[in-house]
Amino acid sequence: MRKVSFPKMGPSYIAFKMMLEEFGHEPIEPPVPSKRTLSYGTTHSPEFACLPFKVLTGTYLEVLEKGADMLVSSGGVGPCRAGYYGKMHEKILNDLGYNPELVIFDPPLRAPWDFFKKTRKLKGKTSWYRTADILKRTWKKLIALDDLEIKASKVRPRQKNYGAASKALNKGFSYIEEARNAKEIEEARVEGLSLLENVKDNSEYEPIKVGLIGEIYVVLEPSVNADIEEMLGEMGVEVNRSIYLTSWTRDNTVADGEKDIKEAAKPYLDQLIGGHGQNSIGETVLYGEKGFDGVVHLAPFTCIPEIVSKSIMPKVSKDYDIPVLTLFLDEQTGKAGIKTRIEAFVDLMRKKRRKEVG
Amino acid sequence: MSYRVGVPRSLAYYSFFPLWNSFFEELGCEVLVSRESNKGVLDDGVKETVNDACVPIKLYHGHVKDLKHKVDYLFVPRLVSLDGKETTCPKFLGLPDMVKHSIKDLPPLIDLRLDLRKGKFELWKFFKRLGEKLGKSTWEVFKAYVKSKKIYYRHQKLLEKKASPELAWKIIKGEKSEEELNKMVAENPVKIALLGYPYTIYDPYISVDLLDKCKKMSVDVLTVENIPGKELLRQKKKLSKEMFWYYSNNTIRACLYLLEKKMVDGVIHVTAFGCGPDAMVDKFLEIECKNQGNIPFMTVAIDEHTGDAGMSTRLEAFVDMLNRKRGFK
Ligand code: SF4
Repeated sequence: MRKVSFPKMGPSYIAFKMMLEEFGHEPIEPPVPSKRTLSYGTTHSPEFACLPFKVLTGTYLEVLEKGADMLVSSGGVGPCRAGYYGKMHEKILNDLGYNPELVIFDPPLRAPWDFFKKTRKLKGKTSWYRTADILKRTWKKLIALDDLEIKASKVRPRQKNYGAASKALNKGFSYIEEARNAKEIEEARVEGLSLLENVKDNSEYEPIKVGLIGEIYVVLEPSVNADIEEMLGEMGVEVNRSIYLTSWTRDNTVADGEKDIKEAAKPYLDQLIGGHGQNSIGETVLYGEKGFDGVVHLAPFTCIPEIVSKSIMPKVSKDYDIPVLTLFLDEQTGKAGIKTRIEAFVDLMRKKRRKEVG
Repeated sequence: MSYRVGVPRSLAYYSFFPLWNSFFEELGCEVLVSRESNKGVLDDGVKETVNDACVPIKLYHGHVKDLKHKVDYLFVPRLVSLDGKETTCPKFLGLPDMVKHSIKDLPPLIDLRLDLRKGKFELWKFFKRLGEKLGKSTWEVFKAYVKSKKIYYRHQKLLEKKASPELAWKIIKGEKSEEELNKMVAENPVKIALLGYPYTIYDPYISVDLLDKCKKMSVDVLTVENIPGKELLRQKKKLSKEMFWYYSNNTIRACLYLLEKKMVDGVIHVTAFGCGPDAMVDKFLEIECKNQGNIPFMTVAIDEHTGDAGMSTRLEAFVDMLNRKRGFK
């Protein structure tokens, strides 16, 4: 039995925990990134590494202290730095005297054999038949988690009582956490959705609508983006998040898959630049076309693809007459600072809408 | 008709000017290179770019602005892959788009894509398209291509003999002789590696003349370009996974090579403040220098505010330390 851990990314740990348990490992739950995580992370990461890298360094050190001996994460194939994180983390951890086994999954289509080998390592003695079932259920859980979050973003701005939607959401998460087999997971999903459905609302209220875009880690992990989704929701704004872990199988995201996004970006950025850079441009175009009131663009400080996209953004914003707020986040970014900027931005969108209506 | 083509003196220019300039000139174009970097050029660039960008990118925008009213075409190619394997940094990839959408009133850009991963003849095809844009016949283009490539290789060879890009160029032009180069290559006991990207190392303004400062301190300086390409390539197998960026990999390979051959007493890594890939490269070099013979390592991060005095002090202290280690002084 191995003690296995992984980075925290929104509520996804609920699904990964089950997966590891069923493979016969002892999962070490990653802590919610805290001040401590960040201070570990910044001390032991290169100064100009981006925030997700530092958070991961910190997380790894914390779970290693808790006894983890195997770390699982996702890799990438460039040209953004994320793909090299794994290797770099290994070097840094070894340098600090830790020797955990790092299992970094690169996208399966680029390196199918490698993917297979790593899955085999992770599954241990579990039969392939059972492995398939476990993976299927993990996926189901991820979908259920995403579904609840999507629903919550619609309910939150319309709720009558402050905080009610988030409370229902967390309750829903706990249902999903308990569920094990496919049937239970489905029940938990439905139950969670109906909890959210039943949150008292102001049904005639028409919230302004914002698209949330940017680099995947800072978009998905609330503790590093000052809970921006909730913050916006509580201000009465409906948030449409562009990225969900399971989004490519869905049709209720902005577009019908990456292809449209890339097409939309082309006139402005005709090149894949890694990370989420080209998507950020494309998604803004699509949100503009769909008449959203604004776009909030999140990026880790020093994130190269996002710097490229930010420098092109003013043009897109003008062409589609859609305001864009870019926030570069680092370990010093405080919640208060973000809140002020978000409030000002929401004000701006409200005024703009009134002008258009009136 | 012959055109006036503007070439910004920045970024990949420092690796490829012998190739580009000769090609355009062979085709009868007038090449206008932007002036050397200085405060004005940088300030101009800073105005046009997001403040999160690295200095080299800001500087590049300044160079574009310097040329924009003076030329018929601006050469801002999209350099995707320069060795058929890795790509360049994402900012290089998006460069023409960044320039286009942030600077107003530009002359037509030549933003052709060069991606050597696409096949063996990509370089030729790139130049062929370039020639077509300038209205030249395939035959003319071919001649210019062959000739400029020759010049480029000659230039590379001279760099491997430890010439600076500038000196190598003068030798090719016949303004200096190769003997002079041999004389200039001193044999000082203390040797350091000055590692970094050519556009920071060789741009005297942005690197606050670091290269020259080193040379004046009677140390031998080796840069990435001084190491034969074949040797760099051989280092590849030492890594289980390479980085994704052309220039970064070259820097790392150069360091590994110099450490393997025990050729240097110290390593200085020059990095631009806010450079994404370098966040990784720097830590990598630091750990390698430590693990392979405890070679002293120093990082010099430069940005638009880097001062001359501070740099000199740090450099002197580093060289002093190396001297002491060697038992001098
Ligand atoms: S490699 Fe670094 S310095 Fe060069 S353009 Fe990219 S981020 Fe800037």
